Amino acid sequence: MVFPHCRTALASTVLALGLTAALTGCGGSSGSADSTDPANPADDSGEPATELTIYAAASLQAVFDDLTDRFADDHPQVSVAATVYDGSSTLATQLIGGAPADVFASANEPTMQQVLEAQLIDGEPVDFALNELVIAVAPGNPLGIESLADLTEPIENGENGENGELPLTVSCADEVPCGHTANSLLEAAGVSPRIVSQEQNVTATLATVLNGEADAGLVYRTDVLTTDAAAEAVTIDGAAEHPNRYPIAVVNESQAPETARDFVDFVVSDEGQQVLESYGFGTR
Amino acid sequence: MTPTNVHSAVRTPTGLWIPAGAGLLFLLLPLVALLLRIDWAGVPAVLTTPAALRALGLSLVTAGIATACCVVLGVPLAVQLSRLHGWFGQLLRSVVMMPLVLPPLVGGLALLMLLGRGGVLGEALLSLGLRIPFTTAAVVLAQIFVALPFLVISVEGAMRSADPDYRWVAEGLGARPATVLRRVTLPMLRPALVSGVGLSFTRALGEFGATAMFAGNAEGVTQTIPLAIYTAFNGAGVGQDTALALALMLICIAFVTLVVRWPAPAERVQRGQRGEVMS
Repeated sequence: MVFPHCRTALASTVLALGLTAALTGCGGSSGSADSTDPANPADDSGEPATELTIYAAASLQAVFDDLTDRFADDHPQVSVAATVYDGSSTLATQLIGGAPADVFASANEPTMQQVLEAQLIDGEPVDFALNELVIAVAPGNPLGIESLADLTEPIENGENGENGELPLTVSCADEVPCGHTANSLLEAAGVSPRIVSQEQNVTATLATVLNGEADAGLVYRTDVLTTDAAAEAVTIDGAAEHPNRYPIAVVNESQAPETARDFVDFVVSDEGQQVLESYGFGTR
Repeated sequence: MTPTNVHSAVRTPTGLWIPAGAGLLFLLLPLVALLLRIDWAGVPAVLTTPAALRALGLSLVTAGIATACCVVLGVPLAVQLSRLHGWFGQLLRSVVMMPLVLPPLVGGLALLMLLGRGGVLGEALLSLGLRIPFTTAAVVLAQIFVALPFLVISVEGAMRSADPDYRWVAEGLGARPATVLRRVTLPMLRPALVSGVGLSFTRALGEFGATAMFAGNAEGVTQTIPLAIYTAFNGAGVGQDTALALALMLICIAFVTLVVRWPAPAERVQRGQRGEVMS
């Protein structure tokens, strides 16, 4: 009664130190550079489950969830951790900062190049898919956008009193593959639309269009296909000639390099390529 | 001696309610709007998805550990700080307050510069086999960084306003510093400690910027509720409803913590004066 605080403080100390040590152990070794954890063998010889961590571009979310499910079905001793999807540039920054991953799939070659230059790639990256940029608009294309140039035409048939305003456009930031392609295409067309936000990944850009906060978004064709008709894709002239090439590679400090290589091989295999095609990706 | 009722002390101009009311509405209306936009029927389904449960579990565990660490580190810091007067004390107090005025993103960046690959301590830790960034431990560290000031300020404020006589008397009666601390100082701090713990916990729970920078956003490992909300909101197809439901969870936890935390002001003054030694 006189020193409940002493007991509380003592208990807190023990708890804090104990749990922090446990967490550092768990967090630190679940992908640390030189883990001595024997439960993660680097082969598929049927020993305790190997965990595979994949860092993939945001536009790959739907197709890679499918591919990882299939891979996990074919390899029962492999457990695929929840894939980290984000803008390729964000992922590259995290990898260079020390984030643990076994496989990295980016949405263009320059981003993969950054990770290569940081000497974090084991072997050579392999191109596994192509993707084409489109303009995502609301279903039914209410503003009648047919090309990039239309993004600079004031609205004439708007319903909410926005006549005379330019359509609100969103794209990805330039360092994100999707944004880089968008800027190249805009420059080639000599067009400067009203970009109200530049997001860090393509899913966020698409979400802004789906929420109705923007009239048009510069995203990939495959992204619009995942929306189940909640958005429409308008083809951009010349986009098909300048697709994004997606490379995939094994990360250098992977805890499971054999499994990672197996996954990369699976993605470029016939079955993997068929799955990619079914989601709207061009094949290598 | 009972203190006078502070609530009816001095009259203020009635017109003060105009800006005061505007400020209050500004804080209240967005929350009300959020609650109105929630699809209440869909909330249980959203909150029981594996991703949401993992985020909740991770948030509670990491915030709990971070708060415990804040107590262990913050109480001694506050006690020592309260004894320092003059410019040195002010300097140290400013250092402690930095995470409050810096954007949390900058805090996360700073932690990365210290403990990341190529960081000041990072390389040394890596050579020992300890990788910290982008792990669950990194989440805890980021949360401690932003929540510690809350605890220190809360406790230090109480220390400075507490009546020093009790401690003098204890010392005069022959108690050693450790005994004074244990039997007089710490019991006096209990209300401030409770409120500091509540504030630190909710701050740690709601931490986003430093976590995103330093720990990343991997589901189950480092994706706390705020990161889950951000991901859900930016996730086409998953979108707004999930984000709103997760936000609701945070609002409820924050509300409960705040309501439980605050003893009435007059009661706090009384407790401070009595020092609660005999509790």
